[in-house]
Amino acid sequence: MLSQKTKDTLLGPLNANNPVVVQILGICSALAVTVQLKPALVMGIAVTIIVAMSNVIVSLIRNTIPMRVRIIVQLVVVAALVTLVSEVLKAFAYDVAMQLSVYLGLIITNCILMGRLEAFAMTNKPWDSFLDGLGNGLGYAIILVIVALIRELFGAGQLLGIQIIPESWYAANGGWYENCGMMLMPAMALILVGCVIWAHRAYNDKEGK
Amino acid sequence: MNKFYQIWKKFGKNFQEGGKMAKLSSFYDAFDTFLFTPDATAKRNGSHIHDGRDSKRTMILVVIALIPALLFGMFNVGYQHLLATGQLAAISELTCTLFWKAFGFGALAVLPYLIVAYVVGLGIEFTVAQIKHEEVAEGFLVTGFIIPLIVPINTPLWQVAIAVAFAVIFAKEVFGGTGYNIFNVALITRAFLFFAYPSSMTGDKMFVRDGATWGWDGGLVEGYTCATPLTQMATGTPVSQSFWDMVNGLVPGSVGETCIWAIALGAILLICTGVASWKTMLSVFVGGALTAFLFNKFGAENNLVAQYPWYMHLVSGGFAFGAVFMATDPVTSARTECGKWIYGLLIGMIAIVVRVLNPGYPEGMMLAILLMNAFAPLIDWCVVQVNINKRAKRGGVQ
Repeated sequence: MLSQKTKDTLLGPLNANNPVVVQILGICSALAVTVQLKPALVMGIAVTIIVAMSNVIVSLIRNTIPMRVRIIVQLVVVAALVTLVSEVLKAFAYDVAMQLSVYLGLIITNCILMGRLEAFAMTNKPWDSFLDGLGNGLGYAIILVIVALIRELFGAGQLLGIQIIPESWYAANGGWYENCGMMLMPAMALILVGCVIWAHRAYNDKEGK
Repeated sequence: MNKFYQIWKKFGKNFQEGGKMAKLSSFYDAFDTFLFTPDATAKRNGSHIHDGRDSKRTMILVVIALIPALLFGMFNVGYQHLLATGQLAAISELTCTLFWKAFGFGALAVLPYLIVAYVVGLGIEFTVAQIKHEEVAEGFLVTGFIIPLIVPINTPLWQVAIAVAFAVIFAKEVFGGTGYNIFNVALITRAFLFFAYPSSMTGDKMFVRDGATWGWDGGLVEGYTCATPLTQMATGTPVSQSFWDMVNGLVPGSVGETCIWAIALGAILLICTGVASWKTMLSVFVGGALTAFLFNKFGAENNLVAQYPWYMHLVSGGFAFGAVFMATDPVTSARTECGKWIYGLLIGMIAIVVRVLNPGYPEGMMLAILLMNAFAPLIDWCVVQVNINKRAKRGGVQ
């Protein structure tokens, strides 16, 4: 159904060319929004939409952008989309928008966005650019979700705000368990991203053989 | 012994290339070099320096140096428990039966930590050695022995297990194993516990075993407070222990850190055998004393910790233990002779500064040593560069 090139464009960023664990882009927001699963999910979706849309728009006007001012033009496109998304979030998911706070606005400077626009959208057709943006956004979202899953489960005993670890296990209720406070710290997010990179490399090395 | 040696070597044939258990050769090798002098040594010609002290023997020396602190710690755990449960009112009432009761209780309380630390840590070490086809490194012998000595006696064992696993994997194995770690592994264990499970590591109930151990005793006397000297200060109450109380070590605290005599015994052994550097130890104490003295003179009048006498600072909490056993870790400390002075002085100073200025961290020693671990290579680099520049100038090289 899909040609090999389309497949690579869409699925490559999910594994072999992942923006977070291979290109090491967007680490900053990956550390900041992954304390809980819900903001991480929303952030992942927001970035995916914005990368895909801005890729399409920039690709459409790529031949008319003067090379000297292309970064500013790209920024205007991204900024417009980020403003749109953040307004939508504020209207329909106010709590999450507040949790993401400044990081929602900072999508403008997310390295993944600028990287894709410069490296792909400026030289490719709109449809391919759309797939590339979708793939990269999802690749980013996957890592965010994995890290947030571990952090919320072990740091707060919850997933999406629902208690997963039974209340009766906790030391306060006569059990033995205690949440790991380290998981709530940004340092642990960095270590977890490191672990994901470790697992990813180990897996791909095995595949390569 | 000779007979055992022959049986052991015959058993070892199984582990050689092509043997039944060739895959587990690093297991055999670890025990082999632990028990006997290795077969494969450098030839007795050429320019090799011959010395019977390899790193395994060095580690054993450190473990021996730690034994007084461990034994005293066991007694103190039991003694504090007897005080807390009202079976004993003062040290003068200690009878022979009560002494053995205290020691037995403490030993039963401390041993599980020792076992958990060794099982988890060595388990990871052996596994990694198998995967990477390397020899099992001996670094964990000391780390596993230090860990029970620096965690509060009420920490749940599963938390210790997680912390040890975290420290061995992320502070040591990812850097390449023993000898390559940037941070002291035992301190990372403690730091992980401190940040991950703060409720087991801080507060005034943590340093005295209050519950029963293997069905022994339990039940606190109403209103008994088990706060360590540092916790008392952090919470704004004057310290109730005197200088000699702290030197003698019969105060609440982590297992190995309370008795200065026991630590001093270890320090003497380490210095006499040349395993640890006296320069680092001395400079930690000098740095700490100097900073505490300045705080005494110029610190805020109403800040209890700042007004805490400087000589008290040196004997309270983990200061002495850290200075003798942790700051001198040959892997993570500065290696140049001049660098050791700078490294030690800064550890002492930072430890006191953290204690005085941040009541959230009553024990500054752990953070000070970890911070200086990160800077040790920089100190060494600067010392070497200064020397290079000096010699270049002297020789007229630009």
